[in-house]
Amino acid sequence: MATMVRLLQQTDKAIETVYNRKNDAEIERLQEYQAAVKIQSWFRGTRTRAYLRHLNNCATEVQRKWRGFLGRKFYRIFVKNQTLVMKLNHYNAMATKIQKTWRGYYVRKYVYNYYSRKRYLEALQIKNEIIRSELEEYAEQQEQRRRRQQMMEEKKKQEYEARKNHYLISTHVIPGIFSSPFQPYPSEYEYILRSVKPLQHKKKNMNGNRYDPAWQSYESPRPRQLPPLPQKPQGPFRDPEEVQKQRYKPFQPTLRVATSINALDEARQKMKDEEWVTRLNDNIFEPFTKKYYPYEPLLHATSKFGHLPYGTKYYREESIDKHVTHKPFRTLVPPIPIFDKLNDTYSQGQV
Amino acid sequence: MSQRQVLQVFEQYQKARTQFVQTVAELSSRPQNIETLQNAGVMSLLRPLLLDIVPTIQQTAALALGRLANYNDDLAEAVVKGDILPQLVYSLAEQNRFYKKAAAFVLRAVAKHSPQLAQSVVDCGALDALVICLEEFDPGVKEAAAWALGYIARHNAELAQAVVDAGAVPLLVLCIQEPELSLKRIAASALSDICKHSPELAQTVVDAGAIAHLAQMILNPDAKLKRQVFSALSQISKHSVDLAEMVVEAEIFPAVLTCLKDFDEYVKKNVATLIREIAKHTPELSQLIVNAGGVAAVIDYIGESKGNVRLPGIMMLGYVAAHSENLAMAVIVSKGVVQLAIALSEEPEDHIQAAAAWALGQIGRHTPEHAKAVAVANVLPKLLQCYLRADASEDLQTKSKKALKNILQKCVHLPALEPLLHDAPPNVLKHVVGQFSKVLPHDSKARRVFVTSGGLKKIQEIKAEPGSALAEYINTINNCYPEEIVKYYSPGYSDALLERVDQYLPKA
Repeated sequence: MATMVRLLQQTDKAIETVYNRKNDAEIERLQEYQAAVKIQSWFRGTRTRAYLRHLNNCATEVQRKWRGFLGRKFYRIFVKNQTLVMKLNHYNAMATKIQKTWRGYYVRKYVYNYYSRKRYLEALQIKNEIIRSELEEYAEQQEQRRRRQQMMEEKKKQEYEARKNHYLISTHVIPGIFSSPFQPYPSEYEYILRSVKPLQHKKKNMNGNRYDPAWQSYESPRPRQLPPLPQKPQGPFRDPEEVQKQRYKPFQPTLRVATSINALDEARQKMKDEEWVTRLNDNIFEPFTKKYYPYEPLLHATSKFGHLPYGTKYYREESIDKHVTHKPFRTLVPPIPIFDKLNDTYSQGQV
Repeated sequence: MSQRQVLQVFEQYQKARTQFVQTVAELSSRPQNIETLQNAGVMSLLRPLLLDIVPTIQQTAALALGRLANYNDDLAEAVVKGDILPQLVYSLAEQNRFYKKAAAFVLRAVAKHSPQLAQSVVDCGALDALVICLEEFDPGVKEAAAWALGYIARHNAELAQAVVDAGAVPLLVLCIQEPELSLKRIAASALSDICKHSPELAQTVVDAGAIAHLAQMILNPDAKLKRQVFSALSQISKHSVDLAEMVVEAEIFPAVLTCLKDFDEYVKKNVATLIREIAKHTPELSQLIVNAGGVAAVIDYIGESKGNVRLPGIMMLGYVAAHSENLAMAVIVSKGVVQLAIALSEEPEDHIQAAAAWALGQIGRHTPEHAKAVAVANVLPKLLQCYLRADASEDLQTKSKKALKNILQKCVHLPALEPLLHDAPPNVLKHVVGQFSKVLPHDSKARRVFVTSGGLKKIQEIKAEPGSALAEYINTINNCYPEEIVKYYSPGYSDALLERVDQYLPKA
């Protein structure tokens, strides 16, 4: 009991302690609560953030992988294109180089070949010299010819003068004015006078008043009398115009006369000739393995029907009913044209 | 009255008529009588005489009419208005050769004055009658008819076409082949008149085979014939390349060159015209002429002749040089530039100078080498002079300016350009300075010479608008030199120096 009592004695103390504790707890309680909330919030926050970070990391990973994939894909395409372009540029550059070289070579060799051009110009100069000298020569010749002509003309003129003045020649007895007795020799003109004959007197035109205003080349036919009047011949004649027309009527051959006698043959020959021209080979083509040709007997000799008796036994056609046509064939040679006219009742006035 | 007495009356009348007509014909051959004759009413009196029963009177009347109509176009018109032409045309077909000749003379005299008169001759049906006359045996008649046809055809293309349509061309070609020189001459002249109008007409003449016969007569000694032949050939070849080639194919080429040495001026001129007409078409034809030595011959001919005669030669050189640089070089090595320069300075006439300037421009415009060849012949100052001369025609000015520009744009031969710096107007100076600005940056010797010859000084004196091409060129030139040198040569530099002396304070 003692214990009980002791315990009871201590009850107040215990209560007080409990009370104090409770008070203390009550005082700390909010703080603790808040601390707990903070801790919890921190923890939850951390956890959520970690989770989110995890998600983000995952997304980044996915994106990274995907973008890497795409990037590599596009990069490959890009590199491919780039290579292509590079190659193309390179090839173009190379082609340009080749073309450049070739064109330069070609132009220098064939179009503007410096040496050939130089040669050409030199040759041209030589040619020019030749032409110049030739022309010079030609001009010289022309000049000479002209001078000669002029001289001849002058001489002729002089001669004519001398002939006109021939009466001034000196005679045996009386010296002329051109041979002065006071000089040792007669003058030049005197010799010329001696060398020519005197001019003859012109024959008078006995025709009277022949008049020729412009055309000196002809003498106009002067009618002695008035020209006769044109008249129609008397009598029962046809009009002269009509007669003339009939007389000079152009020749009108018949078609048969106009065509050649062997026109058919000619046409045939022409056709054959044309065929011959267009044929490629005259020899009939035979395969070279065929060496021997079978003997082909004449159709005429081997006919099982025998010879045609026409011309030996008979001369007229026996089996008329077998003919293709009953009309006679056209003759090859046309008949004599005069026979054509036999049936005409009148002459057509042809000569 | 006996029969004789009756006839005597007629005889007297006939004599009187004859005498009248003869006197009138004689009087009308002198120009001073014509007015009096006209006032006396000669036309109306001659007209009935054309229908006279006596052939001599008819002929002489026609002759008198022809002389009157030949005198001036009023009288020719009077002939047309007097309805004389139909009579003439009618009798042209009927009468004897003397009358035909006289009638053709009248037609020719009427047709020569104007296209209208020629048209009236055509309208009265003269062409057919004249063409029939061309078939006549007598060469005199053919000559008169060909002459009349030529005079009709020369006016315009329609009349020429009418002549062609009348079928005159083949007969004229036949006439060329006749032995008579005068007939040949006139037929060739008529052909030339026909084909000068259009390519079609020329083609008609060519189709009639005229070229071969004309080409045969090139070496004929008769100068007047040669004139007409060359005129006809050049009229044919002027139209198209084909026609020119046909003329060339007649193998005229070395032969025509000899005719450049002919005595007759007109032969020379016509030959040069022919060569020009052929050369102008294509480079190939020009090349052919050059290879035949034609350029040398033409150049000699330019040197020997004067005035208008040398004009076609000058133009021919221009045409040849215009085709390609090779041909231009051929002209240069044939010493063409010198002759052209002489022609440019010697000739007093503007149009010949213009042609020479044009030809020089064509030669010099190809490469620097060509331009140099032209420039060393001392052509540029002359061209400049032609351009600047106060009394120069507009054509000469434009041609010489164009030539100058063409040559200057290619010229890198600086000594020849120097003189132009001093006396060229701004629009030419631009090109000169441009050439300097192209050459100087790359040539140190030229830079030196440019300074010593005073060119740089001159350049500094030029007042160029800032921003213009000229200013740019000047700037390029200035950039080739050190700044002091440029400053030294700029105007006003001495003043600037003196100013500096004034402002300078000596250090104590």
